[in-house]
Amino acid sequence: MNFPVLSVITFTPIVAALIILMMPAHRRNETRVVALASATFALILSIWVYFSYDQAAAGYQFIEKYNWLPALGISLHFGVDGMSTPLVLLTGVVMFTGVLISWGDEDPHVKAGIQDRPREFFAFLFLLAGGVFGVFVSLDLFMLFFFYEIAVFPMYLLIAIWGWVVTREYAAMKLTLYLFIGSVVSLVGALVMYWMQYKNTGILSFDMLVMEQAGFSQAFQNLWFLPVFFGFAVLGGIWPFHNWSPDGHVAAPTAVSMFHAGVLMKLGAFAALRVGIMLLPDGARHWSWLIMAFAAIAVVYGAYIAFVQTDLKYMIGFSSVSHMGLVMLGLSTLNQNGLTGAGVQMFSHGVMTALFFAITGMIYDRSHTRMIPELGGMMKIMPFAGVGFIIGGLVSMGMPGFSGFVAEFPIFMGVWETQWLVAVIASISIVITAAYIMMNIRKVFFSELPEKLEGHVGDITVLDKIAIVALCLLMVGLGLFPGLMVPMVEAGALNILRLLGGA
Amino acid sequence: MDFIATHLLSTILFFPAIAALVIFFLPKDEANLHRWFALGASLVPFALSLYAWFNFRTIQPGYQFEEIYPWYTAIGSSLHLGVDGLSLSMVLLTTLLTPLAILASFSITDRTKAYMMLFLFLETGMLGVFMSIDLLVFFVFWEIGLVPMYFLINQWGSANRNYASLKFMIYTMGGSLGLLLAVQLLGVLFKTYDLQVITEQWATYTAAIGGVPASTFKTIAFWAFVIAFAVKVPLWPFHTWLPDAHTEAPTAGSMILAGVLLKLGAYGFLRLILPLYPEQAKAFAGALAFLAVAAIVFGAFASYAQTDFKRLVAYSSVNHMGFVVLGIAAAAFAVGTDDARIALNGAILQMFNHGLSAAGMFFLVGVIYERTHTRNLEEFGGLFPLVPVYGGILIFTSMASLGLPGLNGFISEFLVVRGSFGVGVNSVPVMAIYTAVAMLGLLFTGAYILKGIKKVLHGPLNEHWAHGEHKLTEINTREIIVMVPLMALILWIGLYPAWILDVINKAVVMLF
Repeated sequence: MNFPVLSVITFTPIVAALIILMMPAHRRNETRVVALASATFALILSIWVYFSYDQAAAGYQFIEKYNWLPALGISLHFGVDGMSTPLVLLTGVVMFTGVLISWGDEDPHVKAGIQDRPREFFAFLFLLAGGVFGVFVSLDLFMLFFFYEIAVFPMYLLIAIWGWVVTREYAAMKLTLYLFIGSVVSLVGALVMYWMQYKNTGILSFDMLVMEQAGFSQAFQNLWFLPVFFGFAVLGGIWPFHNWSPDGHVAAPTAVSMFHAGVLMKLGAFAALRVGIMLLPDGARHWSWLIMAFAAIAVVYGAYIAFVQTDLKYMIGFSSVSHMGLVMLGLSTLNQNGLTGAGVQMFSHGVMTALFFAITGMIYDRSHTRMIPELGGMMKIMPFAGVGFIIGGLVSMGMPGFSGFVAEFPIFMGVWETQWLVAVIASISIVITAAYIMMNIRKVFFSELPEKLEGHVGDITVLDKIAIVALCLLMVGLGLFPGLMVPMVEAGALNILRLLGGA
Repeated sequence: MDFIATHLLSTILFFPAIAALVIFFLPKDEANLHRWFALGASLVPFALSLYAWFNFRTIQPGYQFEEIYPWYTAIGSSLHLGVDGLSLSMVLLTTLLTPLAILASFSITDRTKAYMMLFLFLETGMLGVFMSIDLLVFFVFWEIGLVPMYFLINQWGSANRNYASLKFMIYTMGGSLGLLLAVQLLGVLFKTYDLQVITEQWATYTAAIGGVPASTFKTIAFWAFVIAFAVKVPLWPFHTWLPDAHTEAPTAGSMILAGVLLKLGAYGFLRLILPLYPEQAKAFAGALAFLAVAAIVFGAFASYAQTDFKRLVAYSSVNHMGFVVLGIAAAAFAVGTDDARIALNGAILQMFNHGLSAAGMFFLVGVIYERTHTRNLEEFGGLFPLVPVYGGILIFTSMASLGLPGLNGFISEFLVVRGSFGVGVNSVPVMAIYTAVAMLGLLFTGAYILKGIKKVLHGPLNEHWAHGEHKLTEINTREIIVMVPLMALILWIGLYPAWILDVINKAVVMLF
């Protein structure tokens, strides 16, 4: 098994982006075909990685290591564990479905999907996807930052150029500033860790597997955990730094919203886990109460803010804050149940929110409004989208039998083990979520179709339907058969616990 | 056949869900195909549960037909199925009422495909609650049944359906929140969700949890369980979702709602609260009995005050389910005594009986509503001569609901009253007072039932229904077929209750 599958996955989108950029601008359909082909290729490889990951052996697998800048101890070191394998799969899925729903319909009456400069759009989107893959598979801190910035940068262009005209410039700038400031803060922390490791052990290395052994002192960890963790957690949408996220979601074009909420926010949580908690475990234990407090606020507050929204996309944006709060809550428990739940929740929320944004985009493209009071009767027009949205909604409210429950339940159990009061408080969000999801489903899909929309709103395309079915199957499958994913994530969680020193 | 013999419960459980998936692939506009397919599919679990009923060994303690499959191994939950006398009678009730409800829904013409699919999913959800002996799986099915019911009310209900369905959903989910938290706590403490293991260990658990003494936590968790199940039963003062949901639901939805869904709550009391919290149940039995008596009395009063026929029947459910909880509370007071066993026998039989008579009553309300498009009692009157067969059936079913000796309601209510009065006389005097007050409630049960009959069937004829296009038509054959099994069972249990009480009693003796 010497096929370098992880680097192929990572560089497939980047190479595809370059190829797409070299294609003539007017060959719009060819551009799309190339995009779909490379997305399919990356998806197949990530499925292959997922199913050939050896759960019994656990640990890092598919390891590749190439020297990059040996003088500074930087190498291209790739490998996945039980935490990152599902996220690689998630990225593959979101990339594939994102291309499908951006395909659109050239019919001037519909004008769904991306009709404006698809070439550049797909190129930037794929650059972003390559960066995301890179972060999930990197075992080298420098490379992790490298791919992290690659993932964040195209976001600005994608939102500012293809976004919602009204707020795109504001949102793109806000998002970029938030995320760059966050990553700079983390970078400072990372460099201090690099320097401190050299001072402690005489090794110059950005390799995270080496850094795990650096033996940072408690005081050092206490001091630097906060900047490193929160710098990344900004991208994970942690309260009170979540503010960029709903604006960004709303302004972004559909496929970018899917990427943004589905994968990019996981990037933040994942990097905060990989760099913050795994490299500074004592610091994590010292500050876990603070993360837990912020996360609990995010869970309840996010749900409440989502409840009062009248813009469908803002509603989903704030529900993402609430659900990512659950991920952070799981991480903050630092125990097996909590970490396992957080890992599963990252996957589950990624699929769910990608589905939500995809469907919202389909509705918006056809009705030109996202205001919940102006919508209605979509069930008759686009039944597929309706059923998909309902399934997404059930996942969102943590209904048993769907992936959301499988993810949230261990998180809550983990919280019970550390601080039961927080579990009680956070559970309030479940009822709030149920209320707004049910009310919005009823209004958007089941009430009377407003006169304004009558006649010129059509059904979604076949490709849209394929994307919806794929995402729904994942959520129901994981909900009914948690054994498909949970043991893998559990193995990853055990690895983290090993670093934390507890069983 | 071997497969079915070894996988009996899982076949009963998942057959409706698989049938629902098959319906998804049937052509969209073939309403009759959907109807007959759904009816046929729902008869299979019924036949299988009859098979289970006759092969069930009443004297063998513990669960039978057990099956266990790994499900969520990471947190120690498995799909563990099994039935004892208590759950088997509820399984039988569910599989009996579902085909009847589907037959009753043949008059639905709007989106039959989705309707039938939801109904079959609902059946799987309800059966799962009765069959699972894993706490997490219990909770999974407990919650999942909400979804099809929500959409049945929301999509096929009458005018005020949006309000009613959301209220139903939020009440039940909000009520279950404490249950969810308490279930999580138990899972964290014992690393497993297996009900038998948890029951053994939790009752004797004494270590402090998170700095709070175990007894405090147990009391809080006890009330969390109680509230979740009390909302579903529904117990006064958590009952206000019920009249709305019933009134707005389509006829078959009301039948299942009253016939089975309310039993889920009472089943929770019996399966989880009594075994898990014997001390707390005993300590707070007085409060439970008070709420039960309040439900009986206020339910009867409220029912009497209604002018909407369906609301009248809906409040009667509050009244009747109050007896179930009264029996449970009395039993909690005096676990192990004969009085307690009598009360529990009565409570469980009352669950079964109310399932039959409430489903029948809601169906009969639906029958007349479909013809007149009104449920207002003031607009009926003197209909007996126009529809003698319907009138006869209505009076018969009403009498069962009223508790006429010779019909089933009498047996179970008598047992509950006898048991709880016995508890009062022999051990806890206050129970005697509660029982006496409940008897006053029973008096008003008679009053509202007779009021309903009088307003619909007797008195001066409302000429509006006698002639022309509004002429009231007699109950048709399909509708009679729905009622026949219900009436036969009502009469059979009334005349010879031993066949079912035997199973229930052995379960009660072994359990408590």
